[in-house]
Formats: sequence, C-alpha cells, structure tokens
Amino acid sequence: MKYLLVEDNEDLARAICSRMSFDGHVIDHAATVSGAIDFISTYDYDLILLDIMLPDGDGREFLKEHRAREKDTPVIILTARSEVSDRISVLDLGADDYITKPFDHEELQARCRAVLRRKHGTTRNVKKIGDITFDSVSGILQINGQDIMLRNRELRLLELFLSSPNQIFSKQKLADRLFSYVEDVSENAIEVYVGRIRKHLEGSSVRITTLRGLGYRLDHG
Amino acid sequence: MASGATIRGSLRTRLMLLLIGSSAILAIILFVLVRSFAVQIAQQSQDRILLASATSILEAATVRNGEVEIDIPYSAFAMLNTKNDDRVFYKIEQDGVFLSGYEGLISSSGETDSPMFKMEEFNGNVVRVVSESRRLSDDQTTQTLVASVAQTRDSLADTLQDISRTAGILGFGFFVLATALSLWSAAYAIRPLNRMANTVARRGPQDLRAVTQSVPKEMGPLVGALNRLMGRLGASLTQSEDFIAEAAHRVRTPLATVRSHAEATLQRVNKEENRSALRAMIRAIDESSRAAGQLLDHAMVTFRADQIATENVDLGDLCGEIVDRLRPLADMKDIEIALDVRGPAKINGDPILLQNAVRNLIDNALKYSPAESEITLALWTDDKVRLEVRDQGPGFPKDQIEQLPHRFTRGSNAKGTIGSGLGLTIAQDVVTAHKGEMVISNAAEGGGACVNFSFALQ
Repeated sequence: MKYLLVEDNEDLARAICSRMSFDGHVIDHAATVSGAIDFISTYDYDLILLDIMLPDGDGREFLKEHRAREKDTPVIILTARSEVSDRISVLDLGADDYITKPFDHEELQARCRAVLRRKHGTTRNVKKIGDITFDSVSGILQINGQDIMLRNRELRLLELFLSSPNQIFSKQKLADRLFSYVEDVSENAIEVYVGRIRKHLEGSSVRITTLRGLGYRLDHG
Repeated sequence: MASGATIRGSLRTRLMLLLIGSSAILAIILFVLVRSFAVQIAQQSQDRILLASATSILEAATVRNGEVEIDIPYSAFAMLNTKNDDRVFYKIEQDGVFLSGYEGLISSSGETDSPMFKMEEFNGNVVRVVSESRRLSDDQTTQTLVASVAQTRDSLADTLQDISRTAGILGFGFFVLATALSLWSAAYAIRPLNRMANTVARRGPQDLRAVTQSVPKEMGPLVGALNRLMGRLGASLTQSEDFIAEAAHRVRTPLATVRSHAEATLQRVNKEENRSALRAMIRAIDESSRAAGQLLDHAMVTFRADQIATENVDLGDLCGEIVDRLRPLADMKDIEIALDVRGPAKINGDPILLQNAVRNLIDNALKYSPAESEITLALWTDDKVRLEVRDQGPGFPKDQIEQLPHRFTRGSNAKGTIGSGLGLTIAQDVVTAHKGEMVISNAAEGGGACVNFSFALQ
C-alpha cells in the first residue's frame, strides 16, 4: 500500500510516517497543497491522508481539484477543527472519511482499511507466506484455497505477525496494538487471541511459537 | 409576532380614524352647503312670484280724475297657488293711506324705487312680504301706490324639508363610501409593512441575508437599520463559530503531535517502566483532547440550540450515516452495531445537533461495551418518534441515574474510561431543544445501558 500524507505540521507528519512505515506501508509526505499536487501527478496513490489547514491553501480546495480530475483515490481528512461544523462540508466535497486530531493510530488504520475495502475490494494488499495468503484490507485468510474471515482483532494481530516474520513480539507490545491504552488488559486476553489465530492457522505451514518469558513469534516453512 | 415589543396603538387604526374623521367633516360641510344653497334658491323663487303678483296688481291700477281705480286681476293671486294652500294677504296704500286688503299687514312704505322683501309675523303666521311701489300721474296729480303681497311659508318649508332629506342622504352616502375607501386605503398603505414583516418572520434562524425587496421610501430607514443589525449579528455568529473551530484547531494539533510521538516511541521502548509512563501520557492526552472536544461541542450545541434551525430530518438516514462512521471504531473492539429501523421516523429539527446527540450515545456505548458484544440502535414511531440505544455493558450505576445527564457528572463505574462527563449533557440539551424527552435506564436482564429519546409527532 502506498499512502500520501498531506500535513504541514512537521512533527506530526514525521510521527505518522514513522508509524505507517512500521506497519509496512510506504508513505510520501507533502507539507503544502502545491507539493501534494506534484506528488499526485506523478504517482497513483492507494490512499491520501489530507489535513484541512495548510499554509498555501485549504485542504478542501485540493480535494475539490483532485475530484475534478476524476480521480477516485480514497481521501481521509485529518481535521483538528470541531467536528460539528466541519463534517458536512468535507463529506460533501467527496472525502471518504475523516478523523479528528488527536487520533489513535489504530483508529486511523481501521478507517484506512474500511475506506480501502469500500473502494478497491480485495485485490491490492495480499501477502503470501508459506502456503497462506492474507488480505489485511478485507480480513480474509486463505489456507489451501479455503477462505477464513477474521474478526478485527485477529486480523490486526495476524497483520502484525506477518509484518515481521521471525521477530519476537512481547505480550505488552501485542496488547498495545490490540487494546486501547485506557483498557487494563490482562495477559490472558492476549493468550485468547493468539489461541484463536493458532486455530485458524491449523493445517498450514505457518505457526505461532510461544517463547516462554519473551513472547510470540511467527514461523513458517 | 409581537414578542418583546410594547404595542401601543396601530398605524392602520390611526390612519383609518383620520380618514373617516375627515370624511365625516366633509360630509357635514356638504350637507350644510347643499341645504343653504337650496334655501336660497327656494326663497328667491318665492320672492320672484310675490314680486310678479305685486307688480301685476299695480299694473291694473289706473287714475281717472284724480281717483285711483284698481281692478285686481285674478292671475295676481292665482300665480301664488301652492299645493299646501298657503294663505295670501295683500294691502294697497296710496301715499301711505290704506286703500284695500289687510290693514294690519305691515308694508315697507319706503320711498325707494326698488322692491322690498321682508319676513314678518302676521295673524300668527310667519309670512314673506313684498312691497312694490308705483307712481301714477294724470294731468293734475301724482300719487304713489304701494302694493304689498304676503304669503305663508308652508309649502316652502315642505320643499326645504325634502331638500334637507336629500342632502342628508347624499351626505351620509358620501360618508359611507368614504369610510369604505378609508378601510381599503389604510390596508393598502400598510401592506408593504406587513409584507416585509412576513418575509422576515418566515426566514430560518440562520438566514441573515439583507432584505432586498423594494419598499416604499418611508420604510427605507427602517429596512436599512434592520439590514445593518442583521449584518452585525451575522458577523458575530460567524465569528463565534470560527472561534470555536479555531480554538479546537489550536488545542488539538499539538496534542496530536504529542500523541503520535508517544505512540511511535511506545513501539520502540521495551522497559516496562517507560512503557507504562508512555501509556499514562497517551491516556492523559486522550482525556484532555476529548474534554476540549466535548466542551467545544457543548458550546456549539448551546449556541445552536438557542436558535434551532428546523428542517425535516429522517432519523433513519441520520443514524445510518452515524453508524457507518462509527463502524471502524466498533470493529476495533469487534463490536457489532445493529441499526434496527422499525418504521419511518421523521422529526423537524437541526440535523447537526441531532447527529451530535446520537453520536454521543453510541460513543458512550462503545466505551463501556465489552469486546465482541452488540449495540442496538432502534428507531420506531408510535404515539411519539422514538430512538433507543442499548448496549451489553455494565449499565448505569443504579443510584446515579438521576444525576448522570448533569454537566461533568460521571458514573462511579467510569473509572478507567476516557470521558468528560458531557456526553449525556449534550444529548439531554439537544433533546430538550427539540422539545423531546430523554430517559436513561438499565435493561432488565443482563444489565446493559439503555438511553431512549422521544419526540412529539410532527
């Protein structure tokens, strides 16, 4: 997946970019409307994350122009303004969704996934490891030609494992990804979800190994 | 329409009274003029006949050998016949000496050549007397003959009465016509004022455009002042909305930066101590950004609720949109949001406010629901239009149900969730602004919070 982030706040942009790369997405960053126009005229992105208030213009203007070129790249608006007043205008202008700053990165990912699912169906983001294929947008896991529909948390967990096979993930790290920071999560909850993934993966060459005291790791082959 | 203004008098009534009053005065003047003119004419014609009669008597006089002889012609009295049989008196004098007729009749034995006309009381009647004189000469002498003819005025009085009646009817008719015209002209004159009041009153609360319709010159200053007032009001409303949006932007952007950094750092840090510090930091950021957001939403809601913009809102469409929007969030906890539209549910209201209220309910439900549970959003219409949000969470603490919609009140079981205590307050305010009712309760079995909105049918 290749994303374009249009955001003038350098700090925030850097943070979003580093997090997106961590999740395995390629992301370009433009700080101005004119920069963003340069980017979209050279590459067809899968998704655009667009801030509203930009130094050389309004993100809404960019959106209007983008839609006027008959491009249907999905756009998610990042807004820091009050939701009450902004929401109608951005959706009317053809944005697919919006998210209010500050946001939970997992929520942003969830919205990206929902928008991509609506726009593209299932063709773009299929990962193959061993004898399984996994489409993190639609949440479909395929083993031996058999489709398994994953629930959202299972999907996110598997996506994380698949992003770096052979890496060890501690229980805390997994908990941070699956649960919001306000929930007090017991380690048992993680074991439940890992257990479910294991069950789904039964009969494939891919498995999740427990490393006592360290965490879990995805192995294949 | 009269809200706030002290009403004293009415332009229309004032205009009408003035017009009717002046037409009454004109009618009376008309009556008096017509009548006095008629009296004058009638008197003149009686005088002319009396004079003709006196003249014909004098014409019949001859002098023979110094003796005056008069053979009064029949026509002299016949011409004075009236339908009321007015009585006629006459008197003939020669050089001041009574010759014939009624001696008591006073004559104007003046020496003038022109005839004399007089009113007089005779035998208990008011009579009109005409005296005419003539000089008669033969070879020796010259005598002056004076003939006076008088007539009672019964017929004249009758005629005058007829004329007065006609003049009265004429005057009254004129008055009635003028009154009708006054009513019409008062209504016509006041019409542009009413028309403008109507156009302004029919406007929605957000419509602060200047009044551009053409108005009469006298209303120019009023409309000008109104337009300037609306301009100022519009500017200050826009300013407040802009301020709220700008305030949100200023508060949230740095928070977003800090949060993203904290999250990114959390991915790299392994030491449990540091991780829990970062988690606490993120929690505090969420807490404050949510509070800021809710405070601003609350300000916006209060601000809009004062002047509620009503349009026909299909709650089914509105909830569908909200559910679509919140589904990714619900997915993160594997919560299913079921939208159960049991029938058409439409009310008149402000869609932005209603959306905000419903979103707050579902936000709450999402926060308190366990993973892999279900939230139901039901809509139906019976004697009222109803909307209900039900979850499978722990429910509201029983002893606090009354206080929860109050500002900054949070349930005792809210510890460990992010919240400002304004969600239900906003919902309550919105429902109140729509003259509806909000009831919060717990599902009978298995707990679960339930919030119910009801609005009157349109």
